[in-house]
Amino acid sequence: MFRHLSSLEGNLFDDYRRMEQQLDRIFGEAYMPNGIRSVARGTFPPINIGGTQDQVDVYLFVAGVDPKSLSISIQQNLLTIDGERATHRDDLSSGYYRHERFSGTFHRVVTLPDDVDPDRVEAGYRDGVLRITVQRREATKPRQIEVN
Amino acid sequence: MANDNNVSENKQELRDQESAIRPPVDIFEDESGITLLADMPGVSRERLEIEIDKDTLSIEGKAEIPMAEGMAALYADVHSTRYHRSFSLSSELDGEKANANLKDGVLTLQIPKRAQYQPRKIEVRIE
Repeated sequence: MFRHLSSLEGNLFDDYRRMEQQLDRIFGEAYMPNGIRSVARGTFPPINIGGTQDQVDVYLFVAGVDPKSLSISIQQNLLTIDGERATHRDDLSSGYYRHERFSGTFHRVVTLPDDVDPDRVEAGYRDGVLRITVQRREATKPRQIEVN
Repeated sequence: MANDNNVSENKQELRDQESAIRPPVDIFEDESGITLLADMPGVSRERLEIEIDKDTLSIEGKAEIPMAEGMAALYADVHSTRYHRSFSLSSELDGEKANANLKDGVLTLQIPKRAQYQPRKIEVRIE
């Protein structure tokens, strides 16, 4: 059921993307310009964006984040999310064997397609996934042009 | 049609197995035992499986992401819905008494030490 998000057209896109990511690592991301608001891989929280003709869905994988601590705002097609994930066990004397989970504040800005309607946004949180749905504006219908 | 769906589901299964997400974890120890926290956003209690077989701890989960029909990817950091990670335990840990809790996509797993391994205060007698 995640097929549509994990690949556009079967395996080919995945393979291409994997290759691209490897190249990114090898060449230090220098061979291709990065999006100006793009972030380094592994930045918290991971984000997926999916679109249909009617809407754009943004998924933030924010496990363990209190949804009330999230601040979400949209200006035209620019979606901004701020939040914080509490630090766990600061008092621990023996320390961690592993400390891989992110803690602290985060800030992410996502550029959505130009035709989204900033007045029609909904957000829901479940099992650590925040889903923000933005409706697209009514598409202008194709018009027949006659030659005189 | 139904057949086609089956085939693509199987293909998807295979791909999921290849590309499971390795969830980030925190692991720390106190006197009573080991505590492990794992980020598994999208996983509900029904789709989480924790197995302790002898000295191997295996954590597996499947994320359920609600999606609109006909959705196409515009951008994706996350490429799989399956989480998997395993650890080897040492013998002083009592897997049978492990205690798991899942909240907002974070798994907290506590594995206590066997009673005889819990630290005991030793008093020095003065003769």
